[in-house]
Amino acid sequence: MTESSTTMSNNVHARVSAVPGRIQSVERAAAILRLLASGARQLGVVELANALQLPKGTVHGILQTLQHVGFVEQSRSGGKYRLGAALLHLGNSYLDVNELRTRALNWADSLASRSRESVRIGSLHEGQVLVVHHVFRPDDSLQVLEVGALLPAHASALGKVLLAFDLQGESLLDELALKRFTARTLTTRRALTDDLERVRKLGWGAEVEEMIDGEAAVAAPIHDDRGIAVGAIGVSGAIERVCDENGKPRLDLVSTVRDAARSISRNLGARKW
Amino acid sequence: MTTEPAFVAAIDQGTTSSRCIVFDRRGGIVSVAQREHRQIFPRPGWVEHDAEEIWANVVQVVEEALDLADLPRTRLAAVGITNQRETTLVWDRATGRPVHNAITWQDTRTDELVRELGGAVGQDRFRERCGLPLATYFSGPKLRWLLRTVPGLAERADRGEVLFGTMDSWLIWKLTGGLHITDVTNASRTMLMNLATLDWDDAILAEFGVPRAALPEIRPSSAVYGTATGVLDGVPVAAALGDQHAALFGQTAFSPGDIKSTYGTGSFLLLNTGESIVQSGHGLLTTVGYQIAGQRAVYALEGSIAVTGSLVQWFRDKLGLINSAAEIETLARTVADNGGCYIVPAFSGLFAPYWRSEARGVITGLTGYVDKGHLARAALEATAWQTREVMDAMRADTALDVGALRVDGGMTANNLLMQLLADTLDVPVTRPTVAETTCLGAAYAAGLAVGYWPDLDALRANWHKAAEWAPAIDPATRARGHRKWRKAVERSFDWTDEDDLPQPA
Repeated sequence: MTESSTTMSNNVHARVSAVPGRIQSVERAAAILRLLASGARQLGVVELANALQLPKGTVHGILQTLQHVGFVEQSRSGGKYRLGAALLHLGNSYLDVNELRTRALNWADSLASRSRESVRIGSLHEGQVLVVHHVFRPDDSLQVLEVGALLPAHASALGKVLLAFDLQGESLLDELALKRFTARTLTTRRALTDDLERVRKLGWGAEVEEMIDGEAAVAAPIHDDRGIAVGAIGVSGAIERVCDENGKPRLDLVSTVRDAARSISRNLGARKW
Repeated sequence: MTTEPAFVAAIDQGTTSSRCIVFDRRGGIVSVAQREHRQIFPRPGWVEHDAEEIWANVVQVVEEALDLADLPRTRLAAVGITNQRETTLVWDRATGRPVHNAITWQDTRTDELVRELGGAVGQDRFRERCGLPLATYFSGPKLRWLLRTVPGLAERADRGEVLFGTMDSWLIWKLTGGLHITDVTNASRTMLMNLATLDWDDAILAEFGVPRAALPEIRPSSAVYGTATGVLDGVPVAAALGDQHAALFGQTAFSPGDIKSTYGTGSFLLLNTGESIVQSGHGLLTTVGYQIAGQRAVYALEGSIAVTGSLVQWFRDKLGLINSAAEIETLARTVADNGGCYIVPAFSGLFAPYWRSEARGVITGLTGYVDKGHLARAALEATAWQTREVMDAMRADTALDVGALRVDGGMTANNLLMQLLADTLDVPVTRPTVAETTCLGAAYAAGLAVGYWPDLDALRANWHKAAEWAPAIDPATRARGHRKWRKAVERSFDWTDEDDLPQPA
């Protein structure tokens, strides 16, 4: 008995020690993926090579391999790299939209109570914003539930926040038809890119009469426990209520929205029930 | 800076945890604290709670909620209590120590005792007076079990040395430093209170062998009972309601015909029947909805559904078809209808309106076409059809015009379920902005008692629709679905029989 178990553990030991240490190129590939996942920005070969202190050729070779298996994608403009769809669907990085609504329910209600405006939660769906949750403006006026509706990503606060923070957001820019809804809709790639840069810097986004005349909205990103943006939450309403006398979103409203987004993000970091 | 009382606190002493929520004047949540307590299982079917542990948790969550809101207790206008119903405790009047663990509502140790109390008449023996059938859930049989089982307890009860109470009484006693009080809603779950007089029923007390000396004074649900000492020193203790009654109050279902349904692992529907005591001919319970100090009691009909959210949990934990409860909606939306499949989740028999304890769950209409999406849809439809049957029973008992269903509870996050409810019931389904209706109801009742809110209209004005689902299917489709559901229910009948009795070794 003792003898046979000794033999077995020797065998196991022999098998383990037959592995020749760690594989350097796998470690490097992991480091590249980590860098690409760390920010919303896309990175080029030079930036990656500098960050990892590796020769450009080595980084390029690894990127080619990762691209082949779908773990990274190269954007059409500029040749920069981002995480690929295949990687995003690995593991549980994909958050079920019904799960998102369930976890956000109480905070969305509370945001509606505090802001006295209607609340929506959206996630990206084929280049548009899918409304996954909607809380009525608490004034008992006639309102219709808009869950399942699609909003234009470039003309809505929710959409701009998602384009700025979602891992796949920036890759969508090339494909978006920047349709005009009002005189203030951002219809050039340049204007939209500048605005998204601002959204990233501030941590929130707004739409002021860009989708509907007389209406404005403020939104902030919802992150999961790994910091990946899984959705956005925002309030919308008449411009005179959402914006100040200068036509800018009211900062107290902005901070109420960001508080709600942070609370939901914290809740997503928690264990599933 | 003002130090005027500006907030109301609610303590929710539930089956698995105790919570404290602080509300502002608009009914908005200011802070929440929560703490779980142990479930004690001395034997199969027995479930107890340690009342001292629960009290310690309550003190802690009250302190935490005040800290989180950054409030001194002087800013609280009142505190209200809502609690798990029927859970039964006896404690020593002199020392304040429980003589036994609390026996919870799920505990079935009184199974035999209940049959004995029914005698030749059966389970409806006391129904007309107390509104309830003889069942293990209610406090009266649990109290009788304690008086019979704990040595010397019956004699001590006769001498008034020990006190009985549900969890509201225990908390009021502890908070006020010795007031022995319960409210009409909690008392209406004991089987010992006469629904018409709102006093303990001497005939029932005699049958149960319960001395009046051990029983708390029955007070309205919204009334100043006394002033707290200790953790809430100086704050008026001004409300107590059983959890489902508090949800009715929190939904501001103050008019006859108003109806609410709370969707959790099981579901509870309460219909406000105004000042009339409606005896159900369709298996519903008659209970006190609430009573405001100085006013007549408002009564309610209650229908409970044993398995709703727990069917979704069964899909997750036993079948493994989904990873989280919310994913049932995703799975159900992969198909357009139930594919002819119906699930009747009679896991431990059927409740209202059938009351068939020998029924067991069935999945019917299976064909090779049915996939997991159809099963998920059938699971959600089961909750909708069971709600429909309780509502039909309520309509048949009261002739009240039921306008819309006010929903709350965790399952209201499921949009497909809410739409299926509207389609099945053929009434609009509305969800309020504050989902914590149970705590809100206790806070409302307490705030009302001290004048923090002037009247019921002020509370009604606080109720706002967060979402509404309108019926969207044609009558013929609804009727066809209903007929199939009833056939499915019939197939669940008469399942357990002598073959299910324990076999001799």
